[in-house]
Amino acid sequence: MAGLTLDLIGLQLFAGVALGAVYVLLAIGLSLIFGMLTVVNFAHGAFYMLGAYVGLWLMAHGGNFWLCLVLVPLVVGGIGLAVERVLIRPLYGRGIDYPLLLTFGLSYIIVELVRITFGKSGYPFDTPDVLQGAVDIGVGFFPLYRLFVIAATAVILFGLWLFLERTSFGLIIRAGARDPLIVRVLGVNVSKVWLIVFGMGTAIAAFAGLLAAPLQGVIPEMGGTILAEAFVVTVVGGMGSLLGAVLAGILVGVVVSMTSLFAPEMAKVAIFALMALVLLIRPQGFFGRAGLMS
Amino acid sequence: MATDLAFEANRQPSPLLQWATRHRVALASLFLLLFPLVIPFKALAVMILIYGLYALGFNLLFGYLGLLSFGHSALFGAGAYLCGIAIVHFGWPWYLAIGLGLLAGMVVALVIGALAIRTRGIYFAMVTMALSQCVYYLFYQAVDLTGGENGLRGVNVKFITLFGFQVDFLNPLSRYYIICSFVIAALWVLSRILASPFGAVIEAVRENEARARASGYDVMLVRLLTFVLSGAFCGLAGALLALHLSTVPIETMHYETSGLAVMMCLLGGMGTFFGPFIGAAIFLLLENLVSVWTSHWQLFVGLAFMVCVLFFPRGIWGTVMEKMKA
Repeated sequence: MAGLTLDLIGLQLFAGVALGAVYVLLAIGLSLIFGMLTVVNFAHGAFYMLGAYVGLWLMAHGGNFWLCLVLVPLVVGGIGLAVERVLIRPLYGRGIDYPLLLTFGLSYIIVELVRITFGKSGYPFDTPDVLQGAVDIGVGFFPLYRLFVIAATAVILFGLWLFLERTSFGLIIRAGARDPLIVRVLGVNVSKVWLIVFGMGTAIAAFAGLLAAPLQGVIPEMGGTILAEAFVVTVVGGMGSLLGAVLAGILVGVVVSMTSLFAPEMAKVAIFALMALVLLIRPQGFFGRAGLMS
Repeated sequence: MATDLAFEANRQPSPLLQWATRHRVALASLFLLLFPLVIPFKALAVMILIYGLYALGFNLLFGYLGLLSFGHSALFGAGAYLCGIAIVHFGWPWYLAIGLGLLAGMVVALVIGALAIRTRGIYFAMVTMALSQCVYYLFYQAVDLTGGENGLRGVNVKFITLFGFQVDFLNPLSRYYIICSFVIAALWVLSRILASPFGAVIEAVRENEARARASGYDVMLVRLLTFVLSGAFCGLAGALLALHLSTVPIETMHYETSGLAVMMCLLGGMGTFFGPFIGAAIFLLLENLVSVWTSHWQLFVGLAFMVCVLFFPRGIWGTVMEKMKA
């Protein structure tokens, strides 16, 4: 009996990591955008949802899942570029609350436009044929698609790491997150960097939405609930810290799946209890710098 | 001299404006007392009162203290639910139920505030939003008390009785004036708070945190107290909403209701005394008009948000005040 329970816990742990992978991707985008632009993107959930719907549309028009994985981030990232250029850029230097309020309004518009185009009710999203079924991972059978979600997230993270650590553009981003003023003084065109970072953040959010679609289905409101959870992840990990976002995302995913095993009705509340605990003990999060927010 | 727009405080306002500022509670009350004579739909007028009060409470935090909270739906909703629960499950008289609602708003504000003020600046909006979602789930799960997804039903109050007098609460006009009396009391209290030394400290913290701290004020405590006071106004508004609707829909707790307070405040003019009411009135009137010919009201909310932020950050009342000062 004991072994069975341990296996179950092991499986649930893996499920938590898969769930956490989606949180990680969302939190990375939020963190990247915040670290660079000091903009809290309240439309991040809407971009996540948009990713799933663009994927749905592409699938319905003859695309396959693999094509979607490439096209969806490009399309939504393109929308993100336009949003930064047209709507957010005029607000720089006018206080941190304004871009936040703007993206909040934007999320209403995106959600309502999706409702108008696709209807108010949700859709199922088929898991691609190759990724159906389950594989034995030692402690029991685990859905193949969830393994794929973990792997795809790992690939994105590795790519992002290479980009940030090994390219000169990544160097500018890291420097800009530390001190945008100095970077500007050194003659870097910061607004171009900001534009690209915002586009990247939204593209990653859309990718996360597409990955989550076969797990949960697709509804216009899917971005709203996960936004609050992504905020929790960024707060727990420390705003502006990518490593923090990764660890906190996985931790939150595992906490959710473990509480759903032992006390399902508390699963949603557990996330916020975790955040409250972190705020009490370490208000700046795992890897946040104390002075970053002032 | 308490000016509403502190960033223009160094400019000497006109005598008319000084007079209006000194008698702002009386003027606002007069407006609210005459309001149902202008507006044909009494139920809408009551909603404007309630949401105006809600936005007023939000404005104390956002407009005067400069903290952007996205968790005010939890304060508003807690007030509504606790007032409703006291009436439905425990048969409390209306005045105790309203008191409980007000208290509930303060308690929730204390808990959320104590956690959220540990973070600074931009974190605040995220943490308050996340914690309000937590409160939402707690009320959603407590089906026995709150009715869960269906909301709390049967908050029926037919008569308001006090000291032997009885007023028909089902009559729309008398209902308006009963709720209006609470709102006027709240306006008076708010005006007193803002005109007090503590009110000056609130605005000092918004203008320059470091300087306020250097002057010996406990900035964290000021923030927490203001959050709790804001919770009292929002809890009262929630309690009145429960009495007015005779149900408490679960959407009251949803974070879109927090967005509503932000929107009304922004539309009316943040940091102005009467702006939140103007914002609530225009928002709800527009909602009623637009909903007649399209079901996509949310699209207009989003557009209004963006237009306000991009081109109209001072809001309607804020712009009027600015014109009067010039």
